[in-house]
Amino acid sequence: MKFAILVNEGPYQHQASDSAYQFARAALKKGHEIFRIFFYHDGVNNGTRLTVPPQDDRNIVNRWSELAKEYSLDLVVCIAAAQRRGLLDENEAKRQGKDANNIAEGFRISGLGQLIEAGIQSERLVVFGD
Amino acid sequence: MPEEEGVIKKFLYLNRKAPYGSIYALESLEVVLIGAAFEQDVSLAFIDDGVYQLKKNQQTSVSSGIGVKDFSKTYRALEGYDVEKLYVDKKSMEERGLIEDDLLVPVEIFDEAQMAELMEQQDVILSF
Repeated sequence: MKFAILVNEGPYQHQASDSAYQFARAALKKGHEIFRIFFYHDGVNNGTRLTVPPQDDRNIVNRWSELAKEYSLDLVVCIAAAQRRGLLDENEAKRQGKDANNIAEGFRISGLGQLIEAGIQSERLVVFGD
Repeated sequence: MPEEEGVIKKFLYLNRKAPYGSIYALESLEVVLIGAAFEQDVSLAFIDDGVYQLKKNQQTSVSSGIGVKDFSKTYRALEGYDVEKLYVDKKSMEERGLIEDDLLVPVEIFDEAQMAELMEQQDVILSF
């Protein structure tokens, strides 16, 4: 089956990101396809490379980057939600006149159209939120 | 735009949270607006505190209330985007002492069974 995943909460604050990750990994292990993983609302905070979580627990951001690399996943962060919450890539930082960018490896910033497209192109869209 | 020409899916946007106090209502509406360009078969459902999103007369200015932007008129603009199927949950309305006349757009009031049937019919359900 071809899945799309929507993650609506940030790392650690809610379970959503963990659940989405576990679901994605299980689905991929079973040979399913993941068309796109879209991050909305505080979910965009899964895509910052500046987290320094305690070493004795899971590193949620890195886990996403690694999974994306292993399976060539498309991790998309919503540009509007990202702007609200201060998540930028190099282009956005330049465009908006900010002195830094913070996007993590494996993530890209794009529009909400990518979420709608994911809903259309996949067979099932699964939402993880609070 | 969809790669496959003419694919039309049933999209349901499920709203369960109050309009202010968290960002879910506003940001989910932004998805609806962007999504409208994809010409899918769109419905909006309002359950629990989500029914408050459609309440008339929202007072949000600094002087009268909370100092946030009142985005309620956007629900009236949905018609212009061909998003006209709005359903509210009967029990949620009653629990909150709301009647159809309290709402700022035309809606269809569904009971639990009808809401379940609506969800059953959907291809994509986005809940926020």
